[in-house]
Amino acid sequence: MHKSQALTTNITRRGFMIGATSVGVTLAFVPTALLAGNPAEILAANKFEPTIWYSIAPSGQITVNVTKAEMGQHIGTAFARIVAEELEANWDDVQVNHVDTEAKYGLYVTGGSWSVWQNFDLMSRAGAAGRTALIEAGAKLLGVAAADCSAANSQVTCRNKTISYGDIVSKGNLSRAYTDAQLANLPLKAAQDRKLIGSETQALDIPNKTDGAAVYGIDATYEGMVYAKPIIPPTRYGSSVKSVDDSQAKKVKGYQQTLVLDDPSNTVPGWALVIADSFHAAQRAERLIEVKWNAGPTAKVSEQDILARGAELIAGNEGSLVVEDGEVDATFASADSVLTQSYTTSTVLHFQLEPVNAIGLQKDGLWELHTGNQWQSLILPTLAQSLGVPVEKVVMRTYLLGGGFGRRLNGDYGVPALLAAKALGKPVKVVFSREDDSRFDSPRSASVQKVSMAFDNEEKVVGMQHHATAGWPTATMAAFFLGTGANGEKFDPFSINGANHWYDVGAHRVRAIKNDLANATFRPGWLRSVGPGWTNWALESFVDEVAHNKGVDPVALRKQLLTSRGKNAGHAPNSVGGASRLAKVLERAAEKAGWGKDLPEGVGMGIATTFGQERDMPTWSACVAQVAVDKNSGKVTLQKLTVVIDAGTIVHPDGALAQTEGAALWGASMALHEGTEFVNGQVKDVNLNSYRPMRMSDVPELDIEFVDSEMQAVGLGEPATTVVGPAIGNAIFAASGARVRHLPITAAAVKEALL
Amino acid sequence: MSIKFEINGRSVTLDVPEDTPLLWAVRDELNLKGTKFGCGIGLCGACTVHVDGVAQRSCITPLGNIAGSNITTIEGLSENGDHPLQQAWVAAQTPQCGYCQSGQIMQAASLLAYNADPSDAEIETAMNGNLCRCMAYVRIKKAIKLAASDVASQQEAQNA
Repeated sequence: MHKSQALTTNITRRGFMIGATSVGVTLAFVPTALLAGNPAEILAANKFEPTIWYSIAPSGQITVNVTKAEMGQHIGTAFARIVAEELEANWDDVQVNHVDTEAKYGLYVTGGSWSVWQNFDLMSRAGAAGRTALIEAGAKLLGVAAADCSAANSQVTCRNKTISYGDIVSKGNLSRAYTDAQLANLPLKAAQDRKLIGSETQALDIPNKTDGAAVYGIDATYEGMVYAKPIIPPTRYGSSVKSVDDSQAKKVKGYQQTLVLDDPSNTVPGWALVIADSFHAAQRAERLIEVKWNAGPTAKVSEQDILARGAELIAGNEGSLVVEDGEVDATFASADSVLTQSYTTSTVLHFQLEPVNAIGLQKDGLWELHTGNQWQSLILPTLAQSLGVPVEKVVMRTYLLGGGFGRRLNGDYGVPALLAAKALGKPVKVVFSREDDSRFDSPRSASVQKVSMAFDNEEKVVGMQHHATAGWPTATMAAFFLGTGANGEKFDPFSINGANHWYDVGAHRVRAIKNDLANATFRPGWLRSVGPGWTNWALESFVDEVAHNKGVDPVALRKQLLTSRGKNAGHAPNSVGGASRLAKVLERAAEKAGWGKDLPEGVGMGIATTFGQERDMPTWSACVAQVAVDKNSGKVTLQKLTVVIDAGTIVHPDGALAQTEGAALWGASMALHEGTEFVNGQVKDVNLNSYRPMRMSDVPELDIEFVDSEMQAVGLGEPATTVVGPAIGNAIFAASGARVRHLPITAAAVKEALL
Repeated sequence: MSIKFEINGRSVTLDVPEDTPLLWAVRDELNLKGTKFGCGIGLCGACTVHVDGVAQRSCITPLGNIAGSNITTIEGLSENGDHPLQQAWVAAQTPQCGYCQSGQIMQAASLLAYNADPSDAEIETAMNGNLCRCMAYVRIKKAIKLAASDVASQQEAQNA
């Protein structure tokens, strides 16, 4: 697959078309080549390969189609608000439709906090094009000049006459095409004239999530389907089934058979599925089935092995030079002093609450996969390969996601459903137990990092190095997306983002190394924010260590380094203002939290920043954590998180707040409550008896503020996740003098660091 | 064997093994999908239903134990999805992915049924067994307090 297919909306050569269809009027982006045709014919024939399209019914109902997965971020509401703003729609007329997936529709990916950032301008222009056409058609129907008309509230008003959008759709002849140049020239509202964007509203997906009506993938059924439960092999790769003994299972009512999968895509090697009339029967039967495997080569790998391999790689010279600015070696050789520290993180599970699941079936010559997923475009070719059919023969039906967090960017769990449907000739619903889900997770890899700074004889920072190694999700699942470093070596940008920071440090080297043992043992996953989950832990812990080592206040040191000069000056449209905006949220967070005030014995504040996931889409974020440390036990109590974020224009303020609340607590949960380890090639903690994400009683006081801004809207789903961990680590130091350098932070580690 | 019980006000009889968890009977035999499967060991709370008015984890409740009982699921909590908690859940914009919220609401309804005005600590104690992976805890607590004050003001109005 090419990058353009899986990851870019590729709408540069697109115009916009408006025409009558069976639903009323459809308004859609179309390839430029189609612009000369008759809009009604093209739109009716569904040839428009939509990435963004909406319709207006004769009743006036406006339906905004959304290709993004709904997984708690209320993305449909945000998208619909953007369209409705420029369309001058009455918000009460607007609904959202999360569409099914077909390969011809192009890009389907929901991740990276990209959705609003990537689509804000397109959706605005789609709305503006609709408004323009409605005004023209409305003016015609009213017999006045379009110049005398304006639109608001789903109506066109021409002096003292008005006509509703519904009536225009019913009576008018809406047929128009806009070239990309015309689209680009459509006037968009000034920020102060907006009525919907930036104002409060209720998320459209919420009511169904309070009465049991919301349909998630696990709730889907299909006539004639059987249930299947995985029997997962001892290793992620390289295992094969030697024998299956299901003689005892045959007495379980509803048990049908055990199916050993043959997977040409090698996504689920060594898998068997228990087939039964119900999921519960499959669960009962599985306990009585004995499968013997030839285990793959990683059957004995432990977390310690993965960390040891990481340390070995850090000590060597392999890897990709992601940043190589200035004379790094010479700067370090001639430095007056150098500080160096190492940081590590443990494996982390996604543990999205809805275990992965999928129905596979064949209907009318097409293979259908019914499941909630975040990156349909990525998995479709693999699904096709597993079935041995062209990708055009596979479609994905869309459902709500009971949590995404990056787990469902990897659609590997769809493969067994289709393989079983093919083998059995009937619809098969595969449901993973929680334990299956954990063992088959693509977890966040453990990481090992080494960070150094060089100083001149006036204690000025003159150089920095950041070496990081972890399992790379992108290497396994989306190799077309790897970047190329200064030394020509490939790197996974998602796994090193965050190290390419906005501090002014002089000569700067960032080296990313794939932990090959991690990639061989499991399928590393993209987990909420990915790389900054570990890179920012190392970076922001280290900056704090430097501040204390040099006797400088941690806020003051960061401000000194945020010069906003040179490469850190920022550029239009995404990072206007550059590092100065990070300095502003840093200052504001410190001010809000009362940085520097007297605190009781054993209580301390720590501060950290992040720019979110990517330098190209910075979400300027700062966090102050306040913790209490019990010096006898090492126990850490998180008392308060103060978070300040500059994400540019905020489309749906309450949705942004909800995302940030959740992200900040995710960060706290990963810092203090989560983390697992590999034992014998598998994750050790597979359910809540030993894997313990944050509960309500662990929740600290939250104080979250967004900068009032009209800048480019950027991402909000992830940034707060990665700023919290180092803020907590730094607060522990302030409270107790204990410096922790491993995530998660345990009481034992704090106690040891105190001694 | 056949097991008879009431669910959401109607009487049902199921012919399934008596160690079948109530969760799977509710979801797959009775097609009430609002009750969710999360962990299967009674530690996430997504499967919470009421058994004779008290919140229980349906994933670890064998059907044999509830013969003759009165079961309420999220679908039966109110006639029109307008239980004070459901209204408060919308008002506080509580759900994110929403997957745990049926269980959260059922757990909270059980709490409010015997403690109409819970303190923060009482809410935490009652709700700590319900995992919200989106970490919407701040709004879950807010919604419970909102519903509690609504119920209290309604009662006051009735008493006045």
